[in-house]
Amino acid sequence: MDIKVLGPGCAKCQQTEKVVKEAVAEAGVSSTVEKVTDIRKIAEYGVFGTPAVVVDGDVKCVGKVPSKQDVKKWISKQ
Amino acid sequence: MENKCCAANNEVMILACSGGSNVGQLSNRAAVELTQEGLGKMYCLAGIGGQLKGFVQSAKDVPVIAAIDGCAVGCAKAILKNAGIQNYNYIVLTDLGIEKNKNFDLSDEDIIRVKNAIVAACKGPNVGAEAGKFSRIVGCCG
Repeated sequence: MDIKVLGPGCAKCQQTEKVVKEAVAEAGVSSTVEKVTDIRKIAEYGVFGTPAVVVDGDVKCVGKVPSKQDVKKWISKQ
Repeated sequence: MENKCCAANNEVMILACSGGSNVGQLSNRAAVELTQEGLGKMYCLAGIGGQLKGFVQSAKDVPVIAAIDGCAVGCAKAILKNAGIQNYNYIVLTDLGIEKNKNFDLSDEDIIRVKNAIVAACKGPNVGAEAGKFSRIVGCCG
């Protein structure tokens, strides 16, 4: 599973990356978590704001820090 | 996209018709000017219509949307309905008394009228596309 956390790098983006990594570890799912900080690459996803989370190419949330519960739901459905 | 971290979570997403008529282009022009003036940020209605995931999810997650249709054909309304989005501020320019035609020389008076209507729609109750349907009232738009 390929997970991307989109965000140039502020407290919310860092928190999102932390939440995602914790959720992945707790769920025991095999995946890569990549932080995308380049604005041009972020823009390619068509998101209105950051942070944003993308799971296997599917944008799951935009503009907010997701809950760990939500992240686990997303990764369990893949 | 702005080089500003965590932008737009509290911004108004402005989605405007940009159709082939005076009212389509008035919608678009008003959206551009309101973005420049800081009411919110113009976004990609076509991306939502094309069901591109980033655009659809952004529209679902943003707290406030201002959707502007040029006329009663209601393309913006239809696109949002197809995307499963129901809560948004909505105006139709022909409802403001602007007659639809093919004259693309847009008057400053009409542009101002449209902008004022959008701002008023954002400041008042958040009326959805169907009359009488209220959703969140958000203290946005200035």
